[in-house]
Amino acid sequence: MAQRVPISVRVNGTTREAMVEPRLLLVHFLREELGLTGTHIGCDTSNCSACAVLMDGKAVKSCTVLAVQADGRDVLTVEGLAKGNKLHPVQKAFLAKHGLQCGFCTPGMLMSAYALLKENRHPTEEEIRMGISGNICRCTGYAKIVESVDQAARSRNWE
Amino acid sequence: MIPSSFDYASPKTLSEAVSLLASRGEGAKVIAGGQSLIPLLKLRLASPDLLVDISRIPGLNHIETSGEFLKIGALTRMTEVEASELIRKWYPIVHDASVLIGDPLVRNLGTLGGNISHGDPNNDMPAVMLALGAEFIATGPAGERAIRARDFFTDTFTVSLSHDEILTEIHVPMCTPRSAGCYLKLEQKVADFATAGVAVQVRMGRGGECEEVGVGLTAVGPTAIEARKAEDWLRGRKPSDKLAVQEFASLAAEESRPVTDIRGTAAYKRQVVGLLAARALRKACERVRGA
Repeated sequence: MAQRVPISVRVNGTTREAMVEPRLLLVHFLREELGLTGTHIGCDTSNCSACAVLMDGKAVKSCTVLAVQADGRDVLTVEGLAKGNKLHPVQKAFLAKHGLQCGFCTPGMLMSAYALLKENRHPTEEEIRMGISGNICRCTGYAKIVESVDQAARSRNWE
Repeated sequence: MIPSSFDYASPKTLSEAVSLLASRGEGAKVIAGGQSLIPLLKLRLASPDLLVDISRIPGLNHIETSGEFLKIGALTRMTEVEASELIRKWYPIVHDASVLIGDPLVRNLGTLGGNISHGDPNNDMPAVMLALGAEFIATGPAGERAIRARDFFTDTFTVSLSHDEILTEIHVPMCTPRSAGCYLKLEQKVADFATAGVAVQVRMGRGGECEEVGVGLTAVGPTAIEARKAEDWLRGRKPSDKLAVQEFASLAAEESRPVTDIRGTAAYKRQVVGLLAARALRKACERVRGA
């Protein structure tokens, strides 16, 4: 077995240190080592982005990042969106606009939507569709998801 | 899916990275963004003994003009290529490809150097670099050498880098007046491999003729293909001449070597190449006029 290496990753604002095998994927580190199971494994083949998290502010597929690559970086998972019991405006908008059916893709959709709106607070519908074009919803509930992101873009109190 | 076991090193300098590669032989593999390599590791189509992560080496992420070249650091992320005003204005063909690669999440991590050095005939930047007549700077134990794009892609997943060399910089010849290009690809859905893709770069003469032309093809052969017969045909001819463009398109189609697969038959893909070649040429000419 390969030698474990030390990593230090800031996850949802808290620094987490661990010794990991180099082959450990970020998604497994989050789910299994840290117990953050909000990040879902959908396809496991880099296609669906149910596992999307933000790394240094950019949306990435955590099934296609090694935990060692996240060393020294800042990771935000879906658990980091809400402040205590107060849902983030993006989450509220998905709730209000029925942006989910089975809910499996939702954590990834939320993170891609959050990443998009962080850089572009007033996206057009086209920009919303491009922004979530890497995320697959197999319920095909895209119309409501696009509406949800649009609703989130209109909400005030965005941090 | 879990990759087979490997060691990991994250060198802070280029020379350290090169020595690691040299000392571990063929078993060592470079990783940058990992967006092509990690899926292969998970499928165990690749099982290196050592990953050398070059992403923390400074000085390999830049987009600048210098001397005769636009110089792009190999670690430049696709999103950074996409956002570059310099590229959008002067090298629209590169911008075209940058927004068509993978999906937004892949582009946030995927690097230009990785898209090229992976040697995947389905990747978009190789065809663009062939059309532009780019050169790649490889850094190894003996220092740097330049490799022309047309000498770089030797076979599927095989490029002319030796195991201890790292692609460090991409040199695109400086954009001259009256030149522009366009990259088009047909894909069934976002992040799918192309059914076919065509890159066309032209430099127009004052009389409306093509002084220089470069054509690269994606996903229709064992490597990205430079369509040299189509290039030679168009040189000196006018894109306003419909018959000349038709011949250009059919030559490009002839030079493609597609195989029948889930994305279409070989004959269909050849037609797509011809169609995209004509469209990309038209768009490139429009851009020259608009510039």
